[in-house]
Amino acid sequence: MRLPGRAMMRSSKGKLPSAFHVSSSEDGGLVLAIRGRMDVSNAAKMIQGARRLVSSGTLTSLTVDLADVNYLDDFGSLVLLELRESMEAKKGGFYLKNASEKVQKVLSVFQFDRVRSDVELAKKRRPSSIARLGEATLNHWDDLKYLISFVGSVCLALLYVVRNPRSLRKEDTLLTMQQTGFDALPIVGLISLLLGMILAFMSSVQLKQFGADIYVASLVSVAMVRELGPVMTAIIVAGRSGSSFAAEIGTMKVSEEVDALFTMGFDPTRFLVVPKMIASAVMVPFLTLFADLFSILGGMMVGVLMLDLTPNAYLTETVRFLELRDLVWSFVKSASFALLIAWIGCLRGFQVRGGADSVGRATTSAVVSSLFLIILADSMFAVIRVYWG
Amino acid sequence: MARDAIIQVRNLTAGYGEDAVILQNISFDVFEGEIFVILGGSGCGKSTLLKHLIGLIPPMAGEVIIDSDDISGCDENTFQEVLKKVGVLYQSGALFGSMTLAENVALPIEEYTDLDARSIAALVSMKLGLVHLDGFENHLPSEISGGMKKRAGLARAMALNPKILFFDEPSAGLDPVTSAELDNLILHVNRSLGTTMVIVTHELPSIFAVAHRIIMLDKRSKGIIAEGDPMFLREHSQNRFVSQFFNRRAEA
Repeated sequence: MRLPGRAMMRSSKGKLPSAFHVSSSEDGGLVLAIRGRMDVSNAAKMIQGARRLVSSGTLTSLTVDLADVNYLDDFGSLVLLELRESMEAKKGGFYLKNASEKVQKVLSVFQFDRVRSDVELAKKRRPSSIARLGEATLNHWDDLKYLISFVGSVCLALLYVVRNPRSLRKEDTLLTMQQTGFDALPIVGLISLLLGMILAFMSSVQLKQFGADIYVASLVSVAMVRELGPVMTAIIVAGRSGSSFAAEIGTMKVSEEVDALFTMGFDPTRFLVVPKMIASAVMVPFLTLFADLFSILGGMMVGVLMLDLTPNAYLTETVRFLELRDLVWSFVKSASFALLIAWIGCLRGFQVRGGADSVGRATTSAVVSSLFLIILADSMFAVIRVYWG
Repeated sequence: MARDAIIQVRNLTAGYGEDAVILQNISFDVFEGEIFVILGGSGCGKSTLLKHLIGLIPPMAGEVIIDSDDISGCDENTFQEVLKKVGVLYQSGALFGSMTLAENVALPIEEYTDLDARSIAALVSMKLGLVHLDGFENHLPSEISGGMKKRAGLARAMALNPKILFFDEPSAGLDPVTSAELDNLILHVNRSLGTTMVIVTHELPSIFAVAHRIIMLDKRSKGIIAEGDPMFLREHSQNRFVSQFFNRRAEA
């Protein structure tokens, strides 16, 4: 009688894990005796061995002898599962024998009789592009509705605070003023100083050719006070504070703090948004003024050190072209930018659903939306100014 | 049962700085294969002790030895090896919100084993089946209840079948039925896989259901005021606080 087991034993010897011992049974099948532990440390090797063993010939039945297995966990069950399923695929028999009580218990705990490996663990099926388009449209529509209702609730909350000034959370407002305004001074100062220097230097290269060095001063002051000062400051504030508003409110949302506020009878908008909006609207114009001064200082450094202008002449020229109206305009612009930044930051925070990744998305979205709104508002201001003359 | 100590705590002083010493000079052993419960009133340092046991906070003095490695004094590689022997179930499950339950459980298996995707999928479904979450493989943590999050957290903590499982208040926030189910699960895993369990809790029914041995911490003495079998301590402890705790009596 030909013994398939023997032949297979020889052909696959050396390739199989050392814990595998293969022999043939009386009925022509194969007996696989496994020794030692079957756990996470050797499961991957055993599975490879199992595949090799079963694929290496025609097998009518496989009996796994577990007498010498002294530890088996779900990783070990996985090896047995692999053997069982391979045998099923070949329409061969699969049997376990000599399993100790402990091993049997583990196998029953992990429902070895029922478990299968062809479980679908793919991410949720992606819907078709039309369905996704529809879903995105609906989401944007919901967003828009929420955005409008949020504008309403912010306006109502601001109105309420204007009519009942005592209801403003002064501590929070002061703290936000410090964080948004005072703490931003170094970075705003540094960036504006450098910006002033760059503007002065770049323009001087051109103006020098016409002997018009002195106009560097007015160029820097007009460009900064009218346009760049408010915009640059707003961009810095969007990056520093807009993102932090979104992250703060978003995290509160995730940890149900916003719900807690609501159930305690506080209006979350009045409690969280109003202090941030007021603080920003008050502080950002001053930050802008600070940015203007530092950029003029930067321009003056270039003017005095590189263009041989006297500080006095530089300052006189700076002031000559500036009108009070410019300064007021810059204040109004920065205050509106500030309101937009605080508003969109808080809105994104309130839109957080789910967990940490949602907070991250809200923070990014707060900054990106702020930048867009700042530029949009700035262009609107430019048009208005042209018509007002 | 072999009485080999798998965790040895020696003269541990735990806390957050000189002014905030929570536990002073405590020592105890956790034996292999037992369910060991750390209990005590609120604020006595249970969670702090747990953080020291899993190496999140270095001890102010003394040592914590896990499976013969001193986790505060060893090098980075040894510490990484120790971490593989340890699984932790955090109070809220601490599942990663951007991943499905299956991905949460699969993460450590993919990282630390050579198994292929098919085997990992089968393994993950076995683990989720063990905690009765079959059918929820593709759900996100935000889509399931608190009790389910905890069970999924347990499946993830058990991903690599660690020798020791730590539980931070496993029954907090669970209804009695779910809580009892979790206790059964703990017993089940302990009996079938021989996993050592260290549980921080103050739920009395849960303690009596699962604990082989307990230590009780106390805020006033900053140390251990009782150690041993919870049933025995309930009946026979001479310490006022211990019997108060076990018999659920308010302080006079």
